[in-house]
Amino acid sequence: MNLSMKWLSDYIKKDIPVAEFCSGMTMSGSKVECYETEGSEVKNVVVGKLLSVVPHENSDHLVVCQVDVGQGEPIQIVTGAPNVSAGDIVPVALVGAELPGGIKIKKGKLRGVESCGMLCSLGELGLTTHDFPYAIADGIFLIQEDCEIGQDVHEAIGLNDTSVEFEITSNRPDCLSVVGLAREAAVTFNTKLCLEEPSFKGIEDDINNYLKVDIENETLCPRYAAGIVKNVKIGPSPRWMRERLRASGVRPINNLVDITNYVMLEYGQPMHAFDLRYVKDSHIIVRNAKDGEEITTLDDQVRKLSPEMLVIADTEKPIAVAGVMGGEYSGIMDDTTTVVFESAYFEPVQVRRTAKKLGMRTDASARYEKGLDAEGCLRSLTRALQLVEELGAGEPVTTHIDVVKNIKLRNEIEFDPAWINGFLGTDISEEDMINILNGLDIEVKDGKCISPSFRIDLERPADIAEEVARIYGYNNIPSTVLTGAANASLTPEQKYLRTIENTMVSLGCYGILTYSFTSPKCFDRIELPADSKLRNTITIMNPLGEDTSIMRTTTLPSMIDILAGNYKNRNSKVKLFELGKEYIPTEEGKLPNEPNRLTVGMYGDDIDFFDMKGTIDALLSEIGIKDCEYVRCSENAAFEETCALHPGRSAVILCGDTAIGYIGEIHPSVQETYGFGTRVYVAKLNVNEMMPLSVTEITYQPSPKFPAITRDLSLLCEDALPVGTMEKAIKNAVGKILEKVTLFDVYKGKQIAEGMKSVSFSISMRSHEGTLTDEQADAAMKRVLKALKDLGASLRE
Amino acid sequence: MKEQLEAIRSEAATELASVKDAKALDALRVKYLGKKGALTAILKQMGKLSAEERPIMGQLANDVRSAIESAIAEKQAEIVKLETQARLESETIDVTLPGKKQSVGSLHPLSIVENEIKEIFLGMGFEIADGPEVEYDYYNFEALNLPPDHPARDTQDTFYITDNILLRTQTSSVQVHVMENKKPPIRVISPGRVFRSDAVDATHSPLFHQIEGLVVDKGITMADLKGTLEMLMKRLYGEECTIRLRPHHFPFTEPSAEVDVMCFNCHGKGCRVCKNEGFIELLGAGMVHPKVLEGCGIDSSVYSGFAFGLGLERVVMRRYNISDMRLLFENDYRFLEQF
Repeated sequence: MNLSMKWLSDYIKKDIPVAEFCSGMTMSGSKVECYETEGSEVKNVVVGKLLSVVPHENSDHLVVCQVDVGQGEPIQIVTGAPNVSAGDIVPVALVGAELPGGIKIKKGKLRGVESCGMLCSLGELGLTTHDFPYAIADGIFLIQEDCEIGQDVHEAIGLNDTSVEFEITSNRPDCLSVVGLAREAAVTFNTKLCLEEPSFKGIEDDINNYLKVDIENETLCPRYAAGIVKNVKIGPSPRWMRERLRASGVRPINNLVDITNYVMLEYGQPMHAFDLRYVKDSHIIVRNAKDGEEITTLDDQVRKLSPEMLVIADTEKPIAVAGVMGGEYSGIMDDTTTVVFESAYFEPVQVRRTAKKLGMRTDASARYEKGLDAEGCLRSLTRALQLVEELGAGEPVTTHIDVVKNIKLRNEIEFDPAWINGFLGTDISEEDMINILNGLDIEVKDGKCISPSFRIDLERPADIAEEVARIYGYNNIPSTVLTGAANASLTPEQKYLRTIENTMVSLGCYGILTYSFTSPKCFDRIELPADSKLRNTITIMNPLGEDTSIMRTTTLPSMIDILAGNYKNRNSKVKLFELGKEYIPTEEGKLPNEPNRLTVGMYGDDIDFFDMKGTIDALLSEIGIKDCEYVRCSENAAFEETCALHPGRSAVILCGDTAIGYIGEIHPSVQETYGFGTRVYVAKLNVNEMMPLSVTEITYQPSPKFPAITRDLSLLCEDALPVGTMEKAIKNAVGKILEKVTLFDVYKGKQIAEGMKSVSFSISMRSHEGTLTDEQADAAMKRVLKALKDLGASLRE
Repeated sequence: MKEQLEAIRSEAATELASVKDAKALDALRVKYLGKKGALTAILKQMGKLSAEERPIMGQLANDVRSAIESAIAEKQAEIVKLETQARLESETIDVTLPGKKQSVGSLHPLSIVENEIKEIFLGMGFEIADGPEVEYDYYNFEALNLPPDHPARDTQDTFYITDNILLRTQTSSVQVHVMENKKPPIRVISPGRVFRSDAVDATHSPLFHQIEGLVVDKGITMADLKGTLEMLMKRLYGEECTIRLRPHHFPFTEPSAEVDVMCFNCHGKGCRVCKNEGFIELLGAGMVHPKVLEGCGIDSSVYSGFAFGLGLERVVMRRYNISDMRLLFENDYRFLEQF
């Protein structure tokens, strides 16, 4: 909403500097976005009178003018404009003048003749012919205003208003009007609102001789008022009206259209003007659209209507979409003689739905859909007819039609000053509260507030408290500290997740955050089978684009994407992790599961599979996940996305029977798809599912009292025998006295036959009951060797 | 004999002076004090002395021995010192060479600030609640006094999954879950992701983070809201930080306010960063609308409350002087490394 400060001064007589006005209004709840003073780019331009116009001696298209600019001696200006002659009154940019677009006027010579300024066109002043319909676009602006020679052009042509742009919240449609903002200004600056009831003389006649109105749908149209103007004289509006419309950001068109816009801006009530000739049978019917009905709206678009929409129709066809836009024939034309003015109240929700469905949000619908003042219809109609009379634009008929069905009554709300103070934490006197409320037209009577008809947002005591608070000043409310017990801590899950994050950081990884939505194409990029259940996703009906159209069912592609971006940016070594959600569909119409996943990704010259595994092992140890086993992905199908991993360099991580995650190198072909020129390692852990497996209770273990015995073993076995299997066999064979098995060497090469490897373990044994004897240790080692022999591993000679 | 002893003393002293290392010193000790040393040899002749001379010579021999011993000890200390000195010199390194790389990572800047805000609120007795990101319309809108066709729904361009399920546009949805599941007194914050159909640019992202706060109890006032937010901002931005409340409209609070924080750049004087306002808009807040309380089964005539919603990206971008929101989601290593 753009407010003309000149217009405001009709209602507010107090002189308030614009900056102060803006900040005061903002702080009382009408937020000012910015303000702009018209013609602020135009400087040192005055009104001049052309005394003589003679041809330039060295040019056949230039003329030399002597111009009286009120400085005694006339000045000489050379111009190329064809439309000037002696006696014309024109805007003159003097030497040193500034014009829009950063133009500065200097003294100069045109083909040898001195020129001390410039005669200006409308465009050069930043105006158009809408502002001055009598002027021409491509020529000097010949001023026909009542002005003085030498007068500053701003004053002379009324280019001196300030326009303030407000951001009005959806609960305050009443402030989408000059009067509404004036009311706010009056109470904000503690001054009087000078508001007069509109009235007009009119010509004695009965409107029923001209028009009949029927409302078929009283719910969607509780009130419809109409007036008639005869002997319409279409022409431009007077300058003051054009200036105000311009300052409000509305283009002047002609007197009747301008009046409807003027009243809408002034009172917030959209008005519509119909040419009576095109209202068949002079009968207006407010009804629902019929199935398949169409209307060509004022903007020349054919609109398909549907039965829930409300239309203004005549006996034959719709002539307007109620509250949204008029039909092509309903508008005002040059030969219009009799006009119907509509001022109605339409039910907000349906206006909104209709406008949305037809894809045309108009100034009118934006107001109707927020809820207007049902009691104000008649006043706005009267104001329009008053303006018609004032402007000599026609002859309004004295009587009007006003069909009132069931308009909303004013609310009565309990007024309890003690409660308000208790709610706000203030100490405002009852008297001050009443003054504030009365200033907002809220009547206070017998312990009740009666809301004005234009304030549809006032329903409850909390609403009254807000009115008091915002005028009293939010910043005058004291600040207090919450009292009472403050006993809060992180939940076990929150602590657990925080430990995971902190551990990853201490392991040298950087936290990332990626989008929850992704592209369905990501499944193809990780080569997921077509029938994978991961392809069953939560899908956004109205995505911004395909790239963000589904909710991810796996975090893996997000991580690979970020790694790929880093690789492309030539970051040579990268270690990342994300603690983020997956969105796993459940039942139709139900919410998905949103489990947390830890995704880790890394690449770099000195990074290999075992860096990743070491990182994961360190994390698992830190969060108390013990005894994990790594099995090949081919042996465990818990994670379908492991198809994106190198089959020989990846594993599913098991804790007991639970597959808690996976780890591996990205499959060479997936690496190629994403444009990597290096090996890339990823891991994912199902942190939610892992949490119950984590042992976080710590019990102190005393240092051992008895010495340990350590035996080293070097074994020879087939290369394919996993070390993990051997380790497991050793653990089982040693039994209770085992303290630790440590792998210290794996060797292939010289002295070892092809396809074989040498594996060396250090086995530490200890008893807590007494010093272990050599015999006990020997017996254990015998069991170990037997178990290993069963696996095909023998002691290396 | 006396002369012999004196000769040993002076001879030892002379020899000692030229000793330069531990080995030579040891040889010297053996030479004079050892079992076959010079002093022992002389002492063996003590028997030949008269009874009068013996104690005198004995005394003298002891003096000479202890003089040599202490001279050796002194020399020993000197040599150790020299050797240490030599070792230190030989081991001197260039301390300006770079250290061996030990890498500690870091959290994402959004997580860093989120954790900081969580700590502030934990300290004020707020618990931390979580809620679904894919949400029913009811929790995101309807229960927050935003019925279907409410004009304020326009201001939050929503991603829909079905007519009834959407990606939450605000963490305020968690308010409703909390109030449904917990009786007052309630003090929670709920950080999390929210989604709006905004195309990506320097200041917009279809996914961003909010931190919602909710307090419900008997006698909660708007002054409490102000005090709580003031404390948050002072902890985040320093003691001199002030806030300003402007009336606004949110359907789920009444009264509602937009909260501005004093411009960090000009400290309220007005500058380019704050568009000469002296303040920067940071969050929305208000007293929980009675309809919202009642919809969750809380008697609004007994209880009142306040709520606020803070945009995390804004705080983070301000904190680290990040001008483009896209950097936060690009996750480039050179960006991440800086936090």
